[in-house]
This record gives sequence, structure tokens and C-alpha cells, in this order.
Amino acid sequence: MSIEATAITADKLVAEVTRLKNEGWRLVTFSSVEIDAANMEILYHFDKDLKLTNLRLSLPKGGTVPSISGVLFGAFLIENEIRDQFGVTFEGLVIDYQGRLLNECTATTSNSPFCRLLVNQSGVTVAKEAH
Amino acid sequence: MARTVIPFGPQHPVLPEPIHLSLVLEDEKVVEALPTLGYVHRGLEMLATKRDYNQMIQIVERVCGICSMIHAMCYCQGIEEMMGIEVPRRARMLRVVWSELHRMHSHLLWLGLFADSFGFEALFMQLWKIREKIMDVNESTTGNRVIVSVNVVGGVRADLDESQIRWIKDTLVEVEASIRSLQSTIMNDRTVCKRTKGVGILSKQAAYDLGAAGPMLRASGVAQDMRQLKYAGFDEIPFEPVVETAGDSWARGAVRFRETLQSVDLVRQALDKLDGSELAAKVKGNPEGEVIMRVEQPRGECLYYLKGNGSKFMERVRIRTPTFANIPPLAAILPGLDFADVPVVVLSIDPCISCTER
Repeated sequence: MSIEATAITADKLVAEVTRLKNEGWRLVTFSSVEIDAANMEILYHFDKDLKLTNLRLSLPKGGTVPSISGVLFGAFLIENEIRDQFGVTFEGLVIDYQGRLLNECTATTSNSPFCRLLVNQSGVTVAKEAH
Repeated sequence: MARTVIPFGPQHPVLPEPIHLSLVLEDEKVVEALPTLGYVHRGLEMLATKRDYNQMIQIVERVCGICSMIHAMCYCQGIEEMMGIEVPRRARMLRVVWSELHRMHSHLLWLGLFADSFGFEALFMQLWKIREKIMDVNESTTGNRVIVSVNVVGGVRADLDESQIRWIKDTLVEVEASIRSLQSTIMNDRTVCKRTKGVGILSKQAAYDLGAAGPMLRASGVAQDMRQLKYAGFDEIPFEPVVETAGDSWARGAVRFRETLQSVDLVRQALDKLDGSELAAKVKGNPEGEVIMRVEQPRGECLYYLKGNGSKFMERVRIRTPTFANIPPLAAILPGLDFADVPVVVLSIDPCISCTER
């Protein structure tokens, strides 16, 4: 038994996701799956009227994939998590934690580390230095 | 205007779980909000390669305490579909009973915490007092208050006798009356309305496009609930999603309040449909193939992607929890709010960081 999923290549991913969004499909999530020592898959799950449609993208581990967070903002957290867990780089992420979504607390040792780090990442001017 | 950065969390007065929001303020207005996770990430999905598929039930129950039964039910339903197992009718109805009891105590817990978030402590204590009756039912029927651990692949491991069914029905009468007695306070009280109406509005289109789930989605007018997929015993129990249209914090509370009463009715119907069939089907072999299973947790749609390779260990267990889906919509609605409204709006998504940090 395997799920129905349309195979897709990285170069057509954003266009296909845009088409699905325009047709009223809602992003549920992606599932990243290890295939063997060198390869993996990302399954993109979309819902419309309680029916699922899936896209299957094959890629080498540690590969690069275009981000769909520019089309569907809700994807940014999923893409950052897959980057942390599988080392995939998502090009064009709207909020990029640079591989530190899940291990933020080890990134710095100052008293208010989270504030300073995130502000620097987002490019916002810091009005008051973290203390 | 100069901007100030306020670190919101990871320790909160009303939210006992760690999530951090970096709030950028201009005067008292939030102009940007960036979430940070990972303080308690446990890597439970990876344990699938070290624990066999039956042991994984205990693992997925611990993804989240408050909806542990529904995590296990979703996982077991996925394995059952993969292995072609037909679950006996009694077991399917019992799954409805315990899953709806979980929804009730989760919503009552949240309603209490929500009241606490805007300083209404008397309401908080009243709601948690009602919740204790549900916890008593869980404890007497399963042996545990929170992690009830009733699911096995093929069905359930616990049963209800006639005296327990009568007692649960009597308890539900008390619970329903108690909840209804608080209805006017929760829906119409000046304090509640002042702090929640028009605060943190998420439009119907934005909720859909941002991938919101559960009461967050339904409070914005989208009538979608995974119980419409008719899993477990819902194929025999009529069900309509609870929907509100305002999309604000009040509407999210109203959806959960009405769903609590709806769950009382669903439990009664499931109890009435218990027949004399077995508690669990026999299971042979190991799961092979891939399957997607979705159920409705108290916080919304939960998706399990399962992949088996014919051995006793799963190749992949991927869990998408509803709070994970509701964080981007939260980040999108916080800008524009007064700083004092941030705790209320954060609470209004019913954040479960335990689920998120699976």
C-alpha cells in the first residue's frame, strides 16, 4: 500500500504549489522521508473539502529545494524544521532560522540571547541592547 | 519612532510551556512577532526506528498529555489501515467515548486558562472544577487521569460495564448543567467581551491560506473538522462542525465552549451504540507500505504519515500537530495589536508546545 502522490521536480514545485493554492487547496504540511543513505523525499500534503492531494519530490540528502513560503507563508516553519532535521536548504525562505529553529538556546550565552539573535536575524534595528 | 524589542517567553505566567516570541514594538503596538521553538524538542519521531510498532503507541501518547488518547487512536488507525485490520464496532465506539472525553477536558482546561489570562480567576476555578469530573471518569474507566492508554492496534484494551455506563451518563448530566450555568458568563460577560471581542482577528481567507487548524480555522468561518471523515465510530454518529464567523479571540473561545457541549452529546450517542462485539481484532504480521491518517484533536487537525517496511520497526512516523500549524497564523495576527492583548491572543490559539516539540 502506498499513498497517491504526483511526482514533481524542484524546478516546477513553486508553480505547481501556486496552481494548487489558486484552485483552493489548503497546505496541511510536508513529510520528509529518508529513502536510503543518500536520498530522501519530501511529500507535500494539500487538502480541499477533506480530500488530500500529495506532491512527491525526490532529492539527495542535504540538497537544495525552492521554498514555497513565499506562496504559502504557513510553510516557513515546516521548511525550517526540515532544514534542522534533514539538512535540506530551502531557497527563498521568508523567515530563515539558518538551521537554528530547534537548538536556539545553544546559539549564544548572553543574558537575553533569544532577543538579540532573532532581532539580528530579522534585520530590525535594536533600540535597546539586550542585557 | 524608535522600536523596542520585548522577549515574550519562554516562561509565562499563564502558559506553563516554553515558546518564545520576539515582539518588536512601536510605542505599545506590536509591529513584528517572530516565534522561536526548540526549548523542549524531544525527537519522538526518531524513536520509531528504535521501538517496535506496538511500543510506539506509548511513545505517541506522550507527544501530548492532554490529547494523548487521540494521538494513539490516530496512530493505531493508520497501522490498522496499512495492515487491513477491521476494528470491531464496540472498540470504534469506545474510541469515540474516550476521545470526546479528552476533547471536553482539554477545552475546559483551556477555557479556564483563557479566563485566567485576562484575570478572571473565579471563572478559571469554576471551569477546572467541572473538568475534575471528566478526569474522574478517565481515572475510573482506564486507571489514569490524563494518559489513558486505551488504544491497541486492532481496537482498545479497556471496556465499560453497565454500571460504568450509567455512572458516566449521570456524570454527563451534572457536567452539562454546570457548563450551561457558565454559558452567559463565558459568552456575554462584560469583562470577557471587553478583552476578547475584536481582538486578534483572523479572516476566513487568511485562516485558510495560512493553514490554520481546528477551532482557530472554524472560528474564522471555515466549516472543516476531521470528524467529518467519519473515522472510528463517527460513521454512525451524525456530526456537524461548530463554526463561528467573527475570527477573533471571542469566537475561538465560543467554538471551544460549544464543542464541549457537543462532545457531551457525542459521548452519549457513542455509549448508546455499544454492542457486544469484541474489544480488539487479532493482529498478525508487521505493517508495510505508507499511509496518511488524520483525526481531529481538541486543537485541530492532526496528521500522521506512517511508513512501514514489513519489519516490526516503522521506517517513518511523521506527526503534524495542530499547534505547529497554528503558529504561522499567530505570527500573522500579532502585528497591530496592543502589547497588553498579546497574552490573550497567544492563549486564544490554545497553544500546546508539548505537541509542537514532539
